[in-house]
Amino acid sequence: MIAGLGLLVGIFVGLMLQPEVPLWLEPYLPIAVVAALDAVFGALRAFLDGIFDDKVFVVSFISNVLIAALIVYLGDKLGVGGQLSTGVIVVLGIRIFSNVAAIRRHIFHA
Amino acid sequence: MSSSPGRDRLVASLKRPRSRGQITAAVLLAVVGFASVVQVQSQERDSDYENMREEDLVQLLNSLAGASQRAENEIEQLEQTRSSLRSDTDSRRAALEQARDRATVLGILAGTLPAVGQGIVVTVQDPEEQVGIDQMLNGIEELRDSGAEAIEINNTVRVVAQTALVDGEGGIVVDGTQLTPPYTLEVIGEPHTLERALNIYGGFVATVERPPISGKVAIEQSQNVEVATLAEPWQPEYAEPAEPE
Repeated sequence: MIAGLGLLVGIFVGLMLQPEVPLWLEPYLPIAVVAALDAVFGALRAFLDGIFDDKVFVVSFISNVLIAALIVYLGDKLGVGGQLSTGVIVVLGIRIFSNVAAIRRHIFHA
Repeated sequence: MSSSPGRDRLVASLKRPRSRGQITAAVLLAVVGFASVVQVQSQERDSDYENMREEDLVQLLNSLAGASQRAENEIEQLEQTRSSLRSDTDSRRAALEQARDRATVLGILAGTLPAVGQGIVVTVQDPEEQVGIDQMLNGIEELRDSGAEAIEINNTVRVVAQTALVDGEGGIVVDGTQLTPPYTLEVIGEPHTLERALNIYGGFVATVERPPISGKVAIEQSQNVEVATLAEPWQPEYAEPAEPE
């Protein structure tokens, strides 16, 4: 309940403030958002499995975001930023899909 | 009710908020929502060129350069048109001004405009009523000869090129208007020249003051002679402008 409200509040604040993304953050934000989404879906799955732990959620969330940003940074330094970002997105996408599939199984038994 | 423990937990958490885990999740979800909205909006703001490939960008740049070149050419052309139009207006204005000046000059000569300026006022006393068109014509010719620019008689008749003088009863008829002595001629021109022209030996003054007319002529120079009478504007009926050869 509160979690859903938190999501809505975040979206609302973003729409209200319409902040400009700082330039240094610009390449990392999209990957970080996808990584955070992965963490969120993973947490939801864990919750439905009955093994949700808020500490694990916080740690996985932060580490996901940081590792995603680090990979992009490294890729940019190595000159393969575009490809590496694509790779990260693919991996995170697959994880999100499998997590969503598990969630779906829990809720709809299908 | 339901056999699924997962769904039960979900329903239970919706009914019973306020666990620590929920609040943590709320905070993190708020962060995710905020970040995604910001990212989506910044993407919408400048997604036009960011995702284009290099060749596309080069092509775009080239086409923009071409477009700006064309625009500059157009500007140049329009500026030329503007300057030519401006000089056209200038010359037209000059011609108009010239035509207006000319109309003023011709209007004074033709008697269709009132005139004012230095000149002389000639008063002719004629107790015997002996002054006729011979004398008057002589006088007018002498005045014209010495550069009279506008002549008016008795404040009623403007003397112009078409003015006709006829002897009448007890005076003269100028352009169909009966005039009786004393005659007053208001003349605009160089005062000294005009006065000298009337005073020459055997001239207007001499003729009028000699018997049998025995009139009296008074000439007064003035800096401000006013010729206010207008002649009827007049259209030539038979004469047409000839083509200059």
